[in-house]
Amino acid sequence: MASPAGAGETLLKTPLHGEHVAAGARMVPFAGYDMPVQYPSGILAEHVWTREHAGLFDVSHMGQAALIGPDHAMIARALEALVPADILDLKPGRQRYTQLLDEDGGILDDLMVARPANPLQDGELLLVVNASMKDADYAHMSARLPAGAELRRFDDRALLALQGPQAESVLARQAPDLASLAFMQGSQTMIGGIPAHVSRSGYTGEDGFEISVPGERAAELWRLLMSDEQVRPIGLGARDSLRLEAGLCLYGHDIDIRTSPVEAGLTWSIQKRRREEGGFPGAERIRREIKDGPARVRVGLKPESRAPAREGTTVTAPDGREVGKVTSGGFGPTVNGPVAMGYVAREFARAGTELRLVVRGKPLPAKVVEMPFAPHRYKR
Amino acid sequence: MTTRYTKDHEYIRVEGDTGVVGITDYAQSQLGDVVFVELPEVGRSVVKGAEAAVVESVKAASEVYAPVSGEVTAVNSELEGAPGTVNEEPAGRGWFFKMRLKDAAELEALMSEEQYQDYVKSIS
Repeated sequence: MASPAGAGETLLKTPLHGEHVAAGARMVPFAGYDMPVQYPSGILAEHVWTREHAGLFDVSHMGQAALIGPDHAMIARALEALVPADILDLKPGRQRYTQLLDEDGGILDDLMVARPANPLQDGELLLVVNASMKDADYAHMSARLPAGAELRRFDDRALLALQGPQAESVLARQAPDLASLAFMQGSQTMIGGIPAHVSRSGYTGEDGFEISVPGERAAELWRLLMSDEQVRPIGLGARDSLRLEAGLCLYGHDIDIRTSPVEAGLTWSIQKRRREEGGFPGAERIRREIKDGPARVRVGLKPESRAPAREGTTVTAPDGREVGKVTSGGFGPTVNGPVAMGYVAREFARAGTELRLVVRGKPLPAKVVEMPFAPHRYKR
Repeated sequence: MTTRYTKDHEYIRVEGDTGVVGITDYAQSQLGDVVFVELPEVGRSVVKGAEAAVVESVKAASEVYAPVSGEVTAVNSELEGAPGTVNEEPAGRGWFFKMRLKDAAELEALMSEEQYQDYVKSIS
């Protein structure tokens, strides 16, 4: 049996590192951090638990920061110069998903942008970016902000995600006001005496919350939430299988500097005014792709056999001609079978199209399917 | 009956000129939940140290190497429908394939149970 590669570099630790080790987690290097890939129950059990109850994730490795300016209009326009989402129209207490783009419309990173509900925080935008990209993102944004706007890093904050159908009832026992939040809405509140910024969002396809707290209070919140019998800790392994079944992109795999938001199927995240006006990096290419269709498209791929098709697997037409590549693939515990996503030439992107995935030299039948593989259960 | 082990965490349980091949308990615990097993065809010749099967966990695919050379005589088709058997009973119902040994002397280069347990301690 081939053995996995080890790691020797010095790794960063989140404020919850001790909780993971105490819970018996298997720790692995991820984006420079020593992170739990799974707890003793294993990835399958963690995945299923999250879909049926409530899973608690440590996502403190992700980058938390704020853009700060004199008022919303100014800071929104500053960010709109870098992303294709409508930030100006973002209402207080609302959050949007968007992408930092390079001059050609390639994706530098994907991120969440929240406008605080509190009028005293007018002119602030809260950002959550990918762990592996945070230094690059902050440098990119800082270099392009106008005078009077600044980027402030919150490296001392922790981020927890509570995901699953029981997340609402678990959190409402601590902070009843959070039950009334809608999907992609946020609020500043107290949870067990800990000041928290909470948004109703996540990366699993389930209803759930993402909770930002001061790092020094993170372990206290972790234990408080873990004291609920509906809650179990979930590692990066199940985080990946959950987001794959939910059809959500993983930066560096399904999207990167070589892909545009239109190719990636993220056109929904570019609101009408921005499509019409442009004014973001790569606008010319992106508007052309929206109008004419991109040459290739991210699609869901369902293998017909039991063999998983992993990242990098070649996708061919039935006649053997190469038409694309798998960018994420594995076993979907809720689907109870293999699932994958990848890019294919547009003429092969229609749902139902029969394709082949070349696994260990064998062309295995697969079909293009609509995503998500497991239905989203967001509370709209 | 004797069981021998490889450094890649396969075992072969030998009776006469036939061996039953699988992965060790340590291997299954390192892999995590097994979700797919690809087995060789019956009648195929396998070569010591070369790929003979594939075991996939949620996270990744790993090759299973033939502990010794020989011919595959049977495969555990139960694993197609229940790959998790590899986690539950790696040394029992979770076996991968049976093979006829080409040269029993190849077994001598493999580890005994005791040597293998010491080896696992040394790497974990």
